[in-house]
Amino acid sequence: MEPISKSVKKKDHEPKMSGRSLYVDDLAMDGMLYGRQLHSAKAKARIKDIRLPKLPEGYYVVDKHDVTGVNRVAIVLNDTPVYAEDTVEYVGEPILMVVGPDRKKVDQILNEIVVVYEEEIPVLDMKKSDTVFFNYNYEKGDIEKAMAEADRVFEETFQTGYQEQAYLETQGLIAYPHDGRMTVRGSMQCPYYIHGAVSKALGYDTGDVQIIQDVTGGGFGGKEDYPSILACQVAVAAAKVGKPVKVVFDRREDMEFTSKRHPSICTYKVAIKNGEITGMDVDVLFNGGAYTTLSAVVLQRGIICANGVYRVDNLRVHGRAVKTNTVPCGAYRGFGAPQTFFAVEMIMDHIARDMGIEPLELKEKYIVKQGDSTSTSGEYHFHVPLPEMIERMDQLSDYRVKSKRYQNQTGRYRRGIGLSLVYHGCGFTGSGERDIIKAVVRIRKNADDTVEVLASNADIGQGLKTTFCKIVADTLGIPLERVLIENPDTDLVPDSGPTVASRSLMTVGGMLQRLSEKLKKEWKNGEEQIVEERYIEPDFIIPFDIGKFQGDAYPTYSWSVSAIEVEVDTLTASNKVLGAWGIFDVGVPIDMNIIQGQMQGGFLQGIGYSSMEQMDYNDKGVIRNNSFSDYIIPTSVDVPNLVTEIINNPYTHGPYGAKGAGELPLVGAAPAYVEAMENALGVSLYNAPFTPENTMKVLQEVSK
Amino acid sequence: MKETIKFILNNKEVVSTAKANERLLDVLRNEFRLTGVKCGCKEGECGACSVILDGKLANSCMVAMGSIQDSTVITIEGYRDTERFTVLDKAYAAVSAVQCGFCIPGMVLASECILAKNPHPTEAEIREGISGNLCRCTGYNAIVEAIGIAAKEGNGLW
Repeated sequence: MEPISKSVKKKDHEPKMSGRSLYVDDLAMDGMLYGRQLHSAKAKARIKDIRLPKLPEGYYVVDKHDVTGVNRVAIVLNDTPVYAEDTVEYVGEPILMVVGPDRKKVDQILNEIVVVYEEEIPVLDMKKSDTVFFNYNYEKGDIEKAMAEADRVFEETFQTGYQEQAYLETQGLIAYPHDGRMTVRGSMQCPYYIHGAVSKALGYDTGDVQIIQDVTGGGFGGKEDYPSILACQVAVAAAKVGKPVKVVFDRREDMEFTSKRHPSICTYKVAIKNGEITGMDVDVLFNGGAYTTLSAVVLQRGIICANGVYRVDNLRVHGRAVKTNTVPCGAYRGFGAPQTFFAVEMIMDHIARDMGIEPLELKEKYIVKQGDSTSTSGEYHFHVPLPEMIERMDQLSDYRVKSKRYQNQTGRYRRGIGLSLVYHGCGFTGSGERDIIKAVVRIRKNADDTVEVLASNADIGQGLKTTFCKIVADTLGIPLERVLIENPDTDLVPDSGPTVASRSLMTVGGMLQRLSEKLKKEWKNGEEQIVEERYIEPDFIIPFDIGKFQGDAYPTYSWSVSAIEVEVDTLTASNKVLGAWGIFDVGVPIDMNIIQGQMQGGFLQGIGYSSMEQMDYNDKGVIRNNSFSDYIIPTSVDVPNLVTEIINNPYTHGPYGAKGAGELPLVGAAPAYVEAMENALGVSLYNAPFTPENTMKVLQEVSK
Repeated sequence: MKETIKFILNNKEVVSTAKANERLLDVLRNEFRLTGVKCGCKEGECGACSVILDGKLANSCMVAMGSIQDSTVITIEGYRDTERFTVLDKAYAAVSAVQCGFCIPGMVLASECILAKNPHPTEAEIREGISGNLCRCTGYNAIVEAIGIAAKEGNGLW
């Protein structure tokens, strides 16, 4: 283990452990009012009339008429209304907000409001959508030729469902006007995204908007895009009433009406000639929901991963994100990649079994290596450690032996094991970092020789305060206690970009390392100094052309091998996870405990996605799994034997050798789990989550 | 005369004017400003609002005020000054078991209830003991490990 990886007590440990940390719902301000939204009850309708009861004194209704700037939330495109205009496009779309001093009274007023809808026929099924939000195509080699010359074309379709981030703290923000400005604070990942959105919605100069992150109870992507929407709504309310307004969602609102992982349908055609895979033609369809939010970038990452970790010389990928009258999907750990990785890993498994060879044997034949071309004709610039990770995995889990032994079982209890190989492209897709984000960080050295990290990245539990400070302290050669960091406040920190894409530690942490080296040279005892660093793209990168989808989509990749072993009870269709093993290459961990915590937490979230986290809407477009009773996430007893290991593969261009980590562990879980179920049940499977109900259907089919 | 509800909160006798059908969770947070008690779901599923009620772990969102006359309630605010908390604190810190922190006050009280009942629990017993407390960040391993460390280090305290 590298010296930097030695774990320290986390910077945020004490206040969180003792319950002293104040989350947004714990904050109160003088004169503060409570807001609650009226959500559309219809999936697609024109609003004919809204009948309001007589409002008691001190209570207000806030809607589209109160938006002083543009009634659109700036995300990637500007199509999401702050408050609904003449139509509603999904169940849950915010129409108005009732604001007042007493929460129960606010609820009562909401219940008395009558919205008269003229219903239209919603499009709920993504396959039936006629509105394509985003459409991307890319190819390399000669796919037509590969298909024409193939001995056979193996074609299969895979589906994945919603996944809800299910952070323990629901969405919540407080907005308050003061001195001609607007401050919004609360639970978030990306203060500067909100900053831009709120200034446009209010029509304020950016200097008149301040965003402060409070202690945030988990995000996982769910607090990347959604808080921008909520912030505009709350800020408009606060501007209207001239008082602080707090909105904290209850669990049902949060589950039903906020962004989630995109459901997908992926169709793969794989050309096979002389027992070799010679080409892949892939069609990726994502359900974007009613507005575009982050679908463009989620889809980009998804289709870049379409060929998995495999060398496919003739490749064509067609991706679409389409509109439906359902809740807009957005960011969730993995960001499009879990869907395509699920599909490609499953089809590799199916092709292998069809050929009569072991799945891992087929996969190993095509694993990319350093110097190979990526899906987008970029390059894998660095060592790909998958072969040694697979060997270690085999030692840990006994995968090869078990996988064979579990074929053709009979009897009530049947076991299965599955294994997946995935990567996570570290940081923003393409040239986003260079052309859009243009991150800036600062370090302020105080007269007492303490230093303060000034960056806009939010610690949402992933340990960023600790890892940022460790990098600075170690580089400067000063004790960790002398390096300080606060929750970001846009009045005080520069825009070092959002807390997304597994970029914060690798990219911003790398900038902090360079900046600390600079400060070390200029260090003057007892004096105040401020130093600043800007993002520089590594010089080895093949520039990414988003029009052609060509070049390095990512500077480097993190790698994982996951194996999951299950035991199915064929009488009850229930099953147990006997073991889940993950081996991860995330470069050098800046803190081993933190990285282990990320790997374990992410892996378990992925196992939830694979096996139990089922969410769907009914024929009216209403999501029915809107509580922890109906949407089940893993508890401490579901996967007692979850083992994670980190291999040492330093990234030469990351701080201390670190690269992206947070998203990686989730991605490989679904294919490993569903492969394990296939191994146990002796059938081919095509969907995730794969729940006990799905198992029951398979068992009924088999017994027919 | 207005009805009041008297109970012992963090070792002090208190009187609440809340109605009998109000949730203990809301009263603790709003009337007594004990914000270490977190609200995660309000339907008894997540455990973020856990308190120790008459020696047992309880979801305070599922407890009606009318049922707690003369009961003893301990929240993280009352527990954090104890010697046992100090042991748990060190153990949680040693393995970095705290990520976003939202489940932690409930998790700490669940840890206490496990150890109070069984000072030397097995891993399976620890997992069972926190199975009513959801954590979305950690995958639970570090929390389970921390409780195991506390059991060892706090030998004799429980």
